[in-house]
Amino acid sequence: MQQEVIIAGFGGQGVLFAGQLLSYCAMDEGKEVTWIPSYGPEMRGGTANCTVVISDDEIGSPLVKNPTAVIAMNLPSLEKFEPLVKKGGVLVVNASMVNREVTRQDIKVVSLPANDIAEEIGSPRSVNMIMLGAMLANMDLLSLDAMDRALDAHLPERHKKFLAGNKAALRKGAEYLASEPVEA
Amino acid sequence: MVVTDKPTKIVYHRPQALENVVTHYCPGCTHGVAHRLVAEVLDEMGETENTIGVASVGCSVFAYNYFDIDFVEAAHGRAPAMATGIKRVYPDRTVFTYQGDGDLASIGTAEIVHAAGRGERLTVIFINNANYGMTGGQMAPTTLPGQKTSSSPTGRDVKRQGFPIQMAEMLSTLEGASYVVRRSLHNSREVRRAKKAIRTAFEVQKHDLGFSLVELLSTCPTNWGMTPPQAREWIDSTMINAFPLGDYKISSAVADLEI
Amino acid sequence: MAKELIKGNTAVAEAALRAGLQAYFGYPITPQTELLEHLSARMPELGRPFVQAESELGAINMVYGAACTGKRVMTSSSSPGVSLMMEGLSYIAGTEVPAVLVDVVRGGPGLGNIAPAQGDYNQIVHGGGHGDYHMLVLAPASVQEAVDLTVLAFDLAEKYRNLVAVLLDGSIGQMMEPAELPPMQPLKDDVPDWAVRGTQGGEKRILTSINLDPPAQEVMNLRLMTRWQEIEKNEVRYKGYFLDDAEYIVVGFGTAGRVSLSAVRAAREKGIKVGLLRPITVAPFPNDVLDELTEQAKAFLVVEMNAGQMLEDVRLVVRGRKPVEFFGRMGGVVPFPDEVLTEIERLVKEPLTTEGHPRDRWLARLRETIG
Repeated sequence: MQQEVIIAGFGGQGVLFAGQLLSYCAMDEGKEVTWIPSYGPEMRGGTANCTVVISDDEIGSPLVKNPTAVIAMNLPSLEKFEPLVKKGGVLVVNASMVNREVTRQDIKVVSLPANDIAEEIGSPRSVNMIMLGAMLANMDLLSLDAMDRALDAHLPERHKKFLAGNKAALRKGAEYLASEPVEA
Repeated sequence: MVVTDKPTKIVYHRPQALENVVTHYCPGCTHGVAHRLVAEVLDEMGETENTIGVASVGCSVFAYNYFDIDFVEAAHGRAPAMATGIKRVYPDRTVFTYQGDGDLASIGTAEIVHAAGRGERLTVIFINNANYGMTGGQMAPTTLPGQKTSSSPTGRDVKRQGFPIQMAEMLSTLEGASYVVRRSLHNSREVRRAKKAIRTAFEVQKHDLGFSLVELLSTCPTNWGMTPPQAREWIDSTMINAFPLGDYKISSAVADLEI
Repeated sequence: MAKELIKGNTAVAEAALRAGLQAYFGYPITPQTELLEHLSARMPELGRPFVQAESELGAINMVYGAACTGKRVMTSSSSPGVSLMMEGLSYIAGTEVPAVLVDVVRGGPGLGNIAPAQGDYNQIVHGGGHGDYHMLVLAPASVQEAVDLTVLAFDLAEKYRNLVAVLLDGSIGQMMEPAELPPMQPLKDDVPDWAVRGTQGGEKRILTSINLDPPAQEVMNLRLMTRWQEIEKNEVRYKGYFLDDAEYIVVGFGTAGRVSLSAVRAAREKGIKVGLLRPITVAPFPNDVLDELTEQAKAFLVVEMNAGQMLEDVRLVVRGRKPVEFFGRMGGVVPFPDEVLTEIERLVKEPLTTEGHPRDRWLARLRETIG
């Protein structure tokens, strides 16, 4: 069983850390995992993204063209990755940062205003965790409890003050359930 | 041979740090003098068995055959980098490079500048003879304006071939360089002064005071097309004007050093 | 020891350190820089020499000097920087001192870009520097393998007094994977007899690569080649996947190898009897196993992130007995598994030939795809 997740957004939206947290969690759960960032000039401006592959077996390619899940934190990420989500896969969209609906009908779509939710719960920097929570609630990958443990174990010391906020954000995001794909 | 019964006193002998071999240097070349001075200094300091030399590419490429000390041979210009590698591993050893002007002032400028800039605890013996000796007397970065060489046959034209590079002056501007002087080997007075400078340079290293370099104006009668006396005279009358002898950098710690 | 999620570059640096690295000299270049940065903190912490050199040329010659002392030394760089190091590598080889080089390959030629590539295969495996010498080249495909092979690199370098290169591509350098780091080894306190240290009252030692007498230099060359034959005999490493009943065999190293693994699995799901040979040592090349597989295979597909550099080594072994096809991406483009899968399917469906050169056929197809 292998799942591939691409997390994409602007630099500063916590895209790379969200991917790393997912990777730590997978590792702690005894799975094989790869995390690979897009790196280079595109890191300035444009979209930053990382690909996380989680599997029970030795992982082949750390990069995939058609991931089973995509978290799109902004409009450029949606434009780039909506067409690439594997049929039947999950697309999580930050509705606060996009001005259009998802057009694909053959995938699960979770659309949530993550920036607004983050403000509401008083944790404005936890947009990435809200999106991650929404993704995990809609696919069979890793449990929220496992993510809590990963946060406990791997959140850098200087960010420990955000621990509770991050956990709350994961659960808030997990309240959003996906529309089911319409088989074409 | 006159046999006397007076007690003999040895007044001159081959330094322990030199091998008892014939060198390949041309007659009248002062490389041999420079070798001897380095060897005498290492012996006098008791450092001969604690020293690693780094030979360079040029006439002194086989310097390791003439010194009886551990030696490595660097690629052209890279002796200060190689010496850095050795000295960082063995900070308690005396490490020196022996480089000519093509090696140090042309292909190896980056390595010498940065070794000095980092204040590497190295001693550099820099032989300046105003041309590429080993390859047959081509123009070097140190060739004087107007000087004829095999690659500046009508004389170095500064409009096309630029000016000599004064390495001692240039390196003396670096904070990491603690002792940078220029001496000459063209007469006995200057040879004595050169030895004193070489001693100081090695003492700077031994006392962990930073980078030290002694530039030595050296004769190249073969490629200059002169007799040895003419070559020594040319240093005195001409070369010294382009490369004035002197102390270019003596850090305060070095100035306080008592030898 | 527990696994940790660690970036390839950092893992290699820490593995080298724990393998008893005694001196590091390097110069920053993407996508290798984390390696140098990690050691810039850790080496001084442990009281070991670390120098950020003025250039790659400076760095490799510092390595050369330190290697002459018989200590465990290394440098790391990426393609353009490694090009600059070629001079020093040849001298190190010519002096027969051990040293380790890590090359985190990026897109080229020239300044190219900082994306993952395998275009350094030829300069690392087939020369680069002047003269007859071989580097032993280890090509990991994962962070764990990079860790293990880095440790091995030092042992092999010392065993054979030979250069060992760890050939990564940018994606393994930049990727994070769980890996188990080796325990901290004590620094070796013995120094080989040939190493310079100051005579300390004994015979002097000279380490040099110059030998003006051609017959003597030839004897030295013969010694190097004899040593290389011994390395070829002892040190070939590779990993095979689904090879037992494979009719079609993909050959790829490093990232191209693991991308191919995904494609091979997908093809197996479609019922295609395809396997993967992933060389771990690309020098020495796993000639014997490839020769055996030539008997069994209907055809080969070589996959690389270059224009077919290892391809020539494969063709030398297959010698026209079976068709060899090639698929590559160049300039820092990393192939996706589905591209390789398409090639595998083409191998099965389309008529194959042992005529002509596979690169020409691939280039014709590539022109249609990317113009």
